[in-house]
Amino acid sequence: MSDAKAVADRLVKAKRLNALLTPPKDLRKSLVTQDAAARPTGVLYGMPVAVKDNICTLEFTTSCGSRILEGYRSPYEATAVAKLKAAGALIAGKTNCDEFAMGSSTEHSAYGRVLHPLDKTRVPGGSSGGSAALVGAGAVPAALGSETGGSVRQPAAFCGVVGIKPTYGRVSRYGLVAFGSSLDQIGVFGRSVHDAARVLSVISGRDPRDATCEDRDPLRLPTVPESLQGFVIGLPREYFPPELDPAVRRACDRAIRMMKELGAAVRDVSLPHTPYAVPTYYVIAPAEASSNLARYDGVRYGPRFNGATDLRGLYRATRGQGFGAEVRRRILIGTYVLSAGYYDAYYRRAQQMRALIAQDFRNVFDRGVDLLFTPTVPTPAFKAGEKLADPIAMYMSDIFTVTANLAGLPAISLPIGRVKGLPIGGQLIGQAFLEDEMIEAAYALERVVPATDEA
Amino acid sequence: MAPPPLPAPWETIIGLETHVQLRTRSKMFCGCSTAFGAPPNTQVCPVCLGLPGALPVANGAAIGLAVRGALALGCTVQPKSIFARKNYFYPDLPKGYQISQFDQPLATNGTLSFVSPDRGIVNATIVRLHLEEDAGKSIHDRFAKATAVDLNRSGVPLIEIVGGPDLRSPAEARAYLQTLKQLLEYIGISDCDMEKGSLRVDANLSVRRAGEAALSTRTEVKNINSFAFVEKALAVERDRQIALVESGGSVTQQTMLYDSRENNVRPQRSKEDSHDYRYFPEPDLPPLVLTPEFVAEQQSELPELPSAKRDRFVATYGLGREHATVVTATRAVADYYETVAKTSAEHQAAANWVMTEALADAKDHNDQLRVSPAALAQIIGLVKGGTLSHQAAKRVFAEVAAKGGDPRSVAESLGVIQVGDTNVVTGWVTDVLGAHPTEVARYKRGEVKLMPFFLGQVMRASKGKADPKLAQRVLEEKLAS
Repeated sequence: MSDAKAVADRLVKAKRLNALLTPPKDLRKSLVTQDAAARPTGVLYGMPVAVKDNICTLEFTTSCGSRILEGYRSPYEATAVAKLKAAGALIAGKTNCDEFAMGSSTEHSAYGRVLHPLDKTRVPGGSSGGSAALVGAGAVPAALGSETGGSVRQPAAFCGVVGIKPTYGRVSRYGLVAFGSSLDQIGVFGRSVHDAARVLSVISGRDPRDATCEDRDPLRLPTVPESLQGFVIGLPREYFPPELDPAVRRACDRAIRMMKELGAAVRDVSLPHTPYAVPTYYVIAPAEASSNLARYDGVRYGPRFNGATDLRGLYRATRGQGFGAEVRRRILIGTYVLSAGYYDAYYRRAQQMRALIAQDFRNVFDRGVDLLFTPTVPTPAFKAGEKLADPIAMYMSDIFTVTANLAGLPAISLPIGRVKGLPIGGQLIGQAFLEDEMIEAAYALERVVPATDEA
Repeated sequence: MAPPPLPAPWETIIGLETHVQLRTRSKMFCGCSTAFGAPPNTQVCPVCLGLPGALPVANGAAIGLAVRGALALGCTVQPKSIFARKNYFYPDLPKGYQISQFDQPLATNGTLSFVSPDRGIVNATIVRLHLEEDAGKSIHDRFAKATAVDLNRSGVPLIEIVGGPDLRSPAEARAYLQTLKQLLEYIGISDCDMEKGSLRVDANLSVRRAGEAALSTRTEVKNINSFAFVEKALAVERDRQIALVESGGSVTQQTMLYDSRENNVRPQRSKEDSHDYRYFPEPDLPPLVLTPEFVAEQQSELPELPSAKRDRFVATYGLGREHATVVTATRAVADYYETVAKTSAEHQAAANWVMTEALADAKDHNDQLRVSPAALAQIIGLVKGGTLSHQAAKRVFAEVAAKGGDPRSVAESLGVIQVGDTNVVTGWVTDVLGAHPTEVARYKRGEVKLMPFFLGQVMRASKGKADPKLAQRVLEEKLAS
């Protein structure tokens, strides 16, 4: 009982971040109920896990940070949430996010922007900015987010926490509100690699309700290794361009040096199609989004907006007023690239490019490289409002993360230093379904890297 | 009502797209029931309601039935096919897209052979057969100024069978559709009930001058919601196109809606028709990969198809082609006939009984074949053995149909067993001749045409029980003396 109250108190104290969408009263009440019902034998017994607002829960509303689903209560819960509860975890409220997970700063939420936990003038990253900020502020040890192009790793890097995007098909998407279905995965945030990994282990594994979820046992957690002896770590040169922020480069160099000291072999490699990743992503993700978001039409659920006199009017009013500008922009892009006459030029070519990007990774892994190390984001957290007027600049924030989504690979971001007090993330990209190797290396790096020191 | 004769210089080109509901217990992508007639919106779940976050999982039983349909139509079943999203907005389409198949369908390139009323046997091309889910149902006439939506049908499994432009008249289209329906019912993959919406047909129709090779602009005719209207709707559209072209106009590619009450067609509003469906591969479902073993298993589940059965009945039971066609019209009747024919050596008599008494009785009783094959075989045997007259046998059949029972006992209790005892028959003959001395005298003077009169009197005296052949022989003997 007292545990649940303490959990609630910590969350309410972080209220100024605007990271939590659940009202404090509802949260307290639910935590007490959940605590009473939780199974003491579960491996996550009593652990509060905040959940991004685009993942369906029975306890709280699921608005996806959108006006169009304001007050929407799902009649069922996501498989990942059900697995958390079965393991004894407490669902610690719903976290603010960019509307339908579209954004890199959590400024595109209908419920206001989320503040960076260390600097309120800056963004926490996005789209899972609420989850990242809460973990960064120490309000919860772990949280669920979702990734389509870096929406867990990028805010994890900005907020100085660990973020894991699993292999596509490792975690069930059932109950994750779809954005770009072929790219979407539920990901996890943790204060440490271990916190993130044990939550991932619980939510991973087969699910008969998701045909794209692999028929595999849940992920088994590796032990913390003594060294990185035997690991071959590739450094893709396309991820270290000359214009990379010098502090980010310094932090990466330091981490690379430490991995070498731990016994890892480090090799320069090339992923030649990397420059096409962002444009490819911004064709495929909006195309799928334009179809996935068609269901929000005001007919069956969600608020109805005024001004409709006929069916088309209802659609126009609901979708025109219910969706924010960024969502509307992506629906328009997606509709355009799937249209007759443009499909071959955009969508089909993007799919071909996606295959080439995935092949780049296979080529490197086939030549004996176990993992890739890169910066997670080219810069530390930027100022609120800085990139709102320039969508392309915002999209470039995902440049080092979208590739893992396009190739379906697992990747982890962990803090590797700071610049002027702002966290910098380093990324390890692993081979499909070899999260255990990736986590092993992250454990080793985490143990030695001075994550809160200036780089 | 025959349609007016087609003016000589015109040729009609028709291709049908048929949607058939597969006979599964659960829906295409979720576990909800497909039972017909439940209260609105009671057979729904997050998946078929298209709720945020729900995902489809393909129904293996539906895939099996679709493969059987494809094999029965001689299609090539593709080892790999792709589900695709067909995007459009409508209130009864809860996800805003329908999961269908597009450029990589389940099966391609088959044939349907049918008997054309004009051209004999036609082998119509089946271009493709693909799997998809149904939309819900919009009900416009239930509430004033509002449309109601029932999503019980949302997600029900369908196959779409696209026929080539191989049909040359509305009557041919009807024959094609009847043959297709018969085939699908035979293999048990659908109940093909147009009234319940489990079989729906859209038609593409164009006209051209006889002898032209190129196809002209076609229209699509929709809303043909009963079997009876197929021919009428297509005749109306054909006549409209011919009249249009003959008066100097030209056909525009558009969708025409058939109105069965007015028996006319009207163009669908062009806004509704200008869809760009933005098909793309369904990312929620992996490619549908079918192993050769799975396809072979479905092949082994196929029963003998109607055409093969008809040919076999001709060869095995010596039936004429027309009779064989009638007794193989449905699988139930064919099985019934065959059971009778295997018990009774009288194959033709069995066919006659099935085509007349049995089918007539079934028609009045909900398609139930009420007399068991064994009982019918026994009745046929009683006629053959002289125990029952044909007339008496019909009475026995009707009685067995209505009340059941063993045909011989029924015949006995009805008192219609023929009497073949010469002494008894001689007694009836003697009585009849004694009662009609004038006619006996006329007969003896040469009026032999009176024999049927005497025979009739004997049958009357015996209440129909006298064996007619024996009675005639005794009459001839007595009148000759």
